[in-house]
Amino acid sequence: MSDRIAIQFDHVGKLYRLGLVGTGTLSHDLNRWWQTKILRHEDPYLKVGETNDRAHKGKSDYVWALKDITFDVKEGEVVGIIGKNGAGKSTFLKLLSRVTSPTTGTIRARGKIASLLEVGTGFHREMTGRENIFMNGSILGMTRSEINARLDEIIEFAGIERYIDTPVKRYSSGMTVRLGFSVASFLEPDILVVDEVLAVGDAEFRKKALGKMREVSQCQGRTVLFVSHNMKAVKNLCSRGVVLDNGMITFDGDIDDAVSRYIQFANESNSKPIIKNIRWTKSFLHIDRIEFNGVESDFSVVRSGQRVLPVVIEGSVDVDLNTGLVIIFKNTYDTPLASLEEGEYKGEPLCLKKGAFRVEKKILLPEYIGRGKVSVDILFKLSSEFHMEARQCVTLGVEGGADIFGKPLIMNQRGFLGLETED
Amino acid sequence: MAEDWTLEIKPKRRLLDIDLKGIWRYRDLWYMYVKRDFVTVYKQTILGPLWFFIQPIFTTVMYMFVFGGLAGISTDGAPKPLFYLSGIMLWNYFSECFNGASNTFTANAGVFGKIYFPRLIVPLATMTSLLIKLLIQLFLFIAVYLYYLRAGVNLSLNITVLLFPVLVLMLAFHALSWGLIVSSLTSKYRDLKYLVGFGLHLFMYATPIIYPLSVASGKIRAILELNPLTPIFEAVKYSCLGCGSFSWVGLAYSAAVMLVSLFISLIVFNQAERDFLDTV
Repeated sequence: MSDRIAIQFDHVGKLYRLGLVGTGTLSHDLNRWWQTKILRHEDPYLKVGETNDRAHKGKSDYVWALKDITFDVKEGEVVGIIGKNGAGKSTFLKLLSRVTSPTTGTIRARGKIASLLEVGTGFHREMTGRENIFMNGSILGMTRSEINARLDEIIEFAGIERYIDTPVKRYSSGMTVRLGFSVASFLEPDILVVDEVLAVGDAEFRKKALGKMREVSQCQGRTVLFVSHNMKAVKNLCSRGVVLDNGMITFDGDIDDAVSRYIQFANESNSKPIIKNIRWTKSFLHIDRIEFNGVESDFSVVRSGQRVLPVVIEGSVDVDLNTGLVIIFKNTYDTPLASLEEGEYKGEPLCLKKGAFRVEKKILLPEYIGRGKVSVDILFKLSSEFHMEARQCVTLGVEGGADIFGKPLIMNQRGFLGLETED
Repeated sequence: MAEDWTLEIKPKRRLLDIDLKGIWRYRDLWYMYVKRDFVTVYKQTILGPLWFFIQPIFTTVMYMFVFGGLAGISTDGAPKPLFYLSGIMLWNYFSECFNGASNTFTANAGVFGKIYFPRLIVPLATMTSLLIKLLIQLFLFIAVYLYYLRAGVNLSLNITVLLFPVLVLMLAFHALSWGLIVSSLTSKYRDLKYLVGFGLHLFMYATPIIYPLSVASGKIRAILELNPLTPIFEAVKYSCLGCGSFSWVGLAYSAAVMLVSLFISLIVFNQAERDFLDTV
């Protein structure tokens, strides 16, 4: 990797108009033309754009699919762009591929850009596989002599020698995709922009495609921008991750952080407060707030190296109550992995006086715990008497000790706890 | 940081910004599009390339029957088959070029939405493949022409026939520029598409194809002479059929209209190329 910048995004934004193009559009066009060209004002519709949030209906017809994107990509860097549907990933790629132009800002680049937003663009059903290789190749910017030179390799990589002189309309969809990908993979640009194209073909071909991508990015030292929902592929290929959310960059940094950040986001967006998950309480016990791992929502991430897991429970009781705080960690198969039950095995019950209470505990975590998902039960219970039950009220994403030991322990394969030996 | 960017993507571009270098770099794509047109048109047909000839032959026969026979429109002494055939071939070339160019954005939205290449390649390729088709059909015309020569008909072939390639190119660029304008406008507002559909049909009757200009007089003739295609069709007929008229003024007028509309079309196309994807 050199220090030269291959791609530079300079305050790039893209405004889209929602809804249908119809008679209303003409009046907006005329208004815009009048304001900008005749009165020399600013475009009135640039101001009303709202941030891009798919789920909530906004007031404005205009939406910023991307807003104020500024970042650099160095030569030879392999960057993964991740984000949920509608976060602006496709717009981002379209801008970079010059398929559409930005509303504001400038994108600068060095070298030849090839973008793969789709495989097999320009394929014609009636033409043979061979003819389509030339068609698709030239659309991607290769010359005929370049294609000729690589023709055999392309056909071999696609693995469809037998059908190469048959019209593409007779191909299975998988074969079409194989052919398309293999043409694209023999492009030799300085900057490669790839969308979700790896999610194609059968398992064998996916592996082959991924291998090819790795070869391009790591061995040949090209700059690659890679957009995908396949976190495993992204982690495998990229060194740097950019998380897009609602058209803005919310994270830019190491790929592992980016992915866990994104997963957290994805879970947060459909998470709810923990107290909503309380199944029942005794009538004299009222819970107002539960904070687990620092948040009130029922999903959070236990970071690599995190040793303390704070728990806060606030509420009130109508009578004096002796109970115990029980916290049980279970894996995805509902097998208990670990629990906190100090009232029982330490004989330290929780004595709540009539009125408001606040219980604050810090659970000590072992250093080397497995990576995976853990669901948590929180109970108020002493001996066999239950006072509050909240089963599976929190989901924890555990990163495991990757930072400390270099490699995480996978919970579903090796269990919750990694053992160590005496020095 | 040295400012040696090879590519800058900005919101606003210059009004007239044709990527000639890009078009040259993508010349192989141009070739492939032309090839595709030929390879795919008559796939899975028995008669194959014969269809290049069947369509103009049947149309000619039909015109001879309807316009020449029933309506009794004069051909100014030229043999009817030659008169209609030449008109039909050239008009088909014009209208297909025009239709091709005007569908540039709507028909290629899928490809344009995925990959960048100079968009002008597409209409230029259409123009080229239609030109080749015209050349093939020209053999048919020459065959019929030779037949009449052998039969001793005086067709008064003259030196202006050398202008034929120029006239065809003028026709092509008229079609290209009007088509590009329509294409750019229809990418956002589809209204024009419907107007163009029957407009082109009407326009054929405003061009001396099935009749010679000489049958019109007075006001009607003045209107017909405003049509920039009129001098082209007239000159072709003058050069080899002994009817029609040849006018340098008319051709200059036609060329001027062509250049102006080409200029406008490139501006409009350039504008539409940038953000048609958001509106198409």
